[in-house]
Amino acid sequence: MLPETDARLAGLLRQALRGDEPAYARFLQEVAAIVRAVARSRLGQLPGSDPEDIVQETLLAIHLKRHTWREDAPVGPWVHAIARYKMVDAFRRQGRVVTVDIEDFAESLAGEEAPVMHARDLERALGCLTDGQRQVVSAISLEGHSVAEAASRLGMKENAVRVALHRGLAAIARAIGKTGT
Amino acid sequence: MKTEELIRAISAGAGRPPVSMPRVWLAALTGAVLAAGAIFFAVLGPRPDIGQALETTRFLFKFVVTAVLFASAVPVLRALARPGKRPAWPIMLAAPALVLVAIVLELVALSSGQWISSLVGTNAIYCLALIPLLGILPLAAMLAALNAGAPTRPVLAGAVAGICAGGLAAIFYAAYCPDDSPLFVATWYSLAILLLALLGALGGRFVLRW
Repeated sequence: MLPETDARLAGLLRQALRGDEPAYARFLQEVAAIVRAVARSRLGQLPGSDPEDIVQETLLAIHLKRHTWREDAPVGPWVHAIARYKMVDAFRRQGRVVTVDIEDFAESLAGEEAPVMHARDLERALGCLTDGQRQVVSAISLEGHSVAEAASRLGMKENAVRVALHRGLAAIARAIGKTGT
Repeated sequence: MKTEELIRAISAGAGRPPVSMPRVWLAALTGAVLAAGAIFFAVLGPRPDIGQALETTRFLFKFVVTAVLFASAVPVLRALARPGKRPAWPIMLAAPALVLVAIVLELVALSSGQWISSLVGTNAIYCLALIPLLGILPLAAMLAALNAGAPTRPVLAGAVAGICAGGLAAIFYAAYCPDDSPLFVATWYSLAILLLALLGALGGRFVLRW
């Protein structure tokens, strides 16, 4: 990562930690692009894996572990270490799947091609949320409401929406780590 | 869910993170010291002749070397909880270097006939059992702190947590242990701390997931 890029991303992340949502979105989009490029080149040859899964798991981890970044430290090595960790994790889970699949090898050869993992871990992970968390997460992510809008639509306090959002994202990240197929 | 949608959800959570690593470490280390201290005073207590022992260099050296080990492992442990942060590994050589110097001085001070009896000591099995006993709760506290962070090398981080917990446990154990020779400390304290390091590595392998 170029020093200018790093400085800009660090600036965005600092703003984000002070509550600047647009800055956080810009930061996450740039990080997503960087991780996507790396994941595509590393995971390209791994069948049944979608680089976008790595992108999403990395973004979730960055959010849930943002307190491990120190504001005076460069942001590039931090992002790369998290992305690498998530990629290794994906390889490990994939390895597990492959050993399971060996017994079904003939069957999967005869059957149709295995479905592509289109960020489906995340889709399934949504299913493990409580109703309240799912309502909040989908109001904000799928329907594009702000926290304030989601709060008034769902008849909740803004703070309760923030808490449900945080818990929902944490639950999604946990579920991805567990399912891993 | 598309990545765009995920980014919308995450960015709505902008703001001060709910966790602060300095506070996590302060809580974990305080808890670790209190836990080791509580077990020490409940189960062991200081040796009866501690008044005289305090006047000998060998006895005091045990506290210096174990405290140095504990204190040098803490910053390495904290770095291992932060992705992309390189730990300052060389500081962890401080305690082993002190031990080496002490071994040389001890070998010079003793006649060669005393070497083996000083190394074997009177209490080796206690040492191997009691340092892990004193260190197990501190190790759990440190693994919990690592878990609140983001260790990208969980096995290594767990092992360092074991060394750190072992150093802390050994500070307390040193006040109970009747064997003061650096030859004894270098052998049995190291083995006991290594046990905790192995336990920590195992814990790191299976507990530290994020």
